Amino acid sequence: MSHTPEKKVRLAHGGGGRLSRQLLDDVFLPVFGNTDLNRLNDSAILHAGPGQLAFTTDSYVVDPLFFPGGNIGSLAVCGTVNDLAVMGAEPRYLSAGFILEEGLPIDTLQAVVHTMGETAKAAGVSIVTGDTKVVARGQADGIFINTAGIGYIDHRSRVSESRLCEGDVILVSGPLGCHGMAVISARKALGIESEIQSDVAPLNGLVKAMMNASPNIHAMRDATRGGLASVLNEMADQAGLHIEIKEAKLPIRDEVNTACELLGFDPVYVANEGVLVASVAQEDAEAVLHAMQGVTVGAEARIIGRVCQGTGSRVTMETTLGTHRIVDMLSGEQLPRIC
Amino acid sequence: MIDFKPLRAAGAARVLADKIAEISTGQPMRFMEVCGTHTMAIAKYGLRTLLPPEIRLVSGPGCPVCVTPNAYLDHALRLAERSEIIITTFGDMLRVPGTLGSLESARSEGADVRMVSSTLEALALAETHPQREVVFLGVGFETTAPTVAAALLEAQRKRLTNFSVLTAHKTMPMPLRVLSEDTLQIDGFILPGHVSAIIGSAPYSFLVDEFNTGGVVSGFEPLDILESLYRLVRQVKQRQPAIENQYTRVVRSEGNTAAQALIHHTFIPDDAHWRGLGMIPGSGLSIVSDYAAFDAAVKFDISVPASKEPDGCRCGEVLKGVIEPPACPLYGSPCTPEHPVGACMVSSEGTCAAHYRFLNRTLQ
Amino acid sequence: MCLAVPMKLIDKRETRGVVEAGGVRREVGLEMVPGVVLGDYVIIHAGFAIQRLDEAEALETLALFKEMDDLA
Repeated sequence: MSHTPEKKVRLAHGGGGRLSRQLLDDVFLPVFGNTDLNRLNDSAILHAGPGQLAFTTDSYVVDPLFFPGGNIGSLAVCGTVNDLAVMGAEPRYLSAGFILEEGLPIDTLQAVVHTMGETAKAAGVSIVTGDTKVVARGQADGIFINTAGIGYIDHRSRVSESRLCEGDVILVSGPLGCHGMAVISARKALGIESEIQSDVAPLNGLVKAMMNASPNIHAMRDATRGGLASVLNEMADQAGLHIEIKEAKLPIRDEVNTACELLGFDPVYVANEGVLVASVAQEDAEAVLHAMQGVTVGAEARIIGRVCQGTGSRVTMETTLGTHRIVDMLSGEQLPRIC
Repeated sequence: MIDFKPLRAAGAARVLADKIAEISTGQPMRFMEVCGTHTMAIAKYGLRTLLPPEIRLVSGPGCPVCVTPNAYLDHALRLAERSEIIITTFGDMLRVPGTLGSLESARSEGADVRMVSSTLEALALAETHPQREVVFLGVGFETTAPTVAAALLEAQRKRLTNFSVLTAHKTMPMPLRVLSEDTLQIDGFILPGHVSAIIGSAPYSFLVDEFNTGGVVSGFEPLDILESLYRLVRQVKQRQPAIENQYTRVVRSEGNTAAQALIHHTFIPDDAHWRGLGMIPGSGLSIVSDYAAFDAAVKFDISVPASKEPDGCRCGEVLKGVIEPPACPLYGSPCTPEHPVGACMVSSEGTCAAHYRFLNRTLQ
Repeated sequence: MCLAVPMKLIDKRETRGVVEAGGVRREVGLEMVPGVVLGDYVIIHAGFAIQRLDEAEALETLALFKEMDDLA
């Protein structure tokens, strides 16, 4: 049945009736379409793997929706794929729930969905079930997305136990703070302009290469909100151990450093969306590093520190000056300062 | 392109640390810095660990957010309650608690509070929202005051009727006099580099003339600070207090006369209340009568209760460098960066906040 | 207080300019640095240039520290 395509999202698009079906046919199915999804049943029926499953969910809200290097759609796929990957799981299936604001241009939605489709393909995952609701103008920031993901745990790995060991080496897969500063530059509200691109990317290929190189990866984390410092504190806290890193080893691009200095930010607290941190047995560290550097998204991977016996503070850093300081948990979001 | 990285070189830091240890020969000395950015830099780079233990670095009242009285915040919060007003502020002030809450909590309750990174953004907001009143919270020392002055001039030039500033600006040299008159023995001051970029080095000469205390105008990179400390130690050992300038790449002895002119055109010195220190005459800046139309304190009639310090809070002594943060009974519990009680913890570069973030738990 | 960063002036229109450092650009007020020219380094605080960097002094300071570093 032909129809004139809508230009803007209307409340009725979330109503479950004809307009909802049109939105599916016009926007979602052409991009996400696969055997499971196309059945349009209330649930997708999937094959369970031989071992354990990993299951995760995240909701995505970002302002602005589009930023250099990606958009909310890239975040929605990569964030969930990466949460599965760092647990040693092969990501397979995603769900995608949308809350749309009445009045959102359909073109915008299409661009986001298109990106999700491309990213899902690149990551080797299928979006097999979804939902759309529409709220009145002003009740959402354009688009909110929730994705949940299922992956099969690679039985060779013990990464899912996620336990640091004393003596481990800490590796980071790429430059820090790109996503956070890209979004801030894109907001234009803080006066700075730059070419900083978000690092948003699926990391499952990288993880696979790492796990092929060594069975002794003890823990991995996706460094997102709160930056490197937050995941290091979480990892150290969970294991009751101490992590010491070297500032000189941290991979940080010049533009990110300058942008941070201008706003009074510390790059170790700035958000990433395509960077992982790994704790690897000392004897395998070089092999894992080499494997990481062989994958595009890990080309700038570095060894940044080590895990030691637990003491008072969880994470410390040797500064470029050779002195030491604590890298504390962030309390609340970093705010730009002039003082 | 100038490469500024040598300002953080580890080798040079060790050389300077050795030089300091060598000439200080174990003599106890106490130096005070009066700039939040210095407080942060010293803590962030762990500079104290490079100094001999007899040399103590003390933080003074260098954080303009920390020394802003509760009454000012409450005044801003009362203004924020008015639906026609957009409060514009630097990020530093957003989480500071007054007696009525913070600007951030006011925003979550529906107040229109917007973070800006420059007075020019606040002006632009006034131009694009002619039906709203834009109030800018003018906090900061002489480094920031001229930027507010420039905005006032522009507002007048453009004949804006919906822009005003609530000022809490403070000036630096006066508190140094108060600190020097106090009983605490300070052997020298690390003087604020960017305030000095504006006011020059002459305003500090009274420290030498009247108190026989020297000072070094210092840059903010770790090597700048170490070099400045070296010079202070040398002054003490040679018994030759002086006002020196280490930050020659930015600070001229006469300061920035264009910036000074901007300040004089729109502000006059006034008495100001420093949270934790009390009233210091002539240490604040009030908007001159020619610009009264842009003075939010005049334009909007608001009354707020007088500032009251929380019980048990020893910020005053911390701000004067008399005690270290852990000596305050409230430090760490209940006063933390997440739940600041007193002035020194409210800003991320306050003495107690810097101590808590970088030094709180033992490193070894 | 007084977070400020040295940046290079790459565009100027009366009292407004654009500065750049490490690939990051910012629009700033130049009211406090009359006589500044393209290519000058200026110190940026709260969206304004608060002083021109004295390049000769900067290079001298940098050279001093570099010399110390080489000694170490």
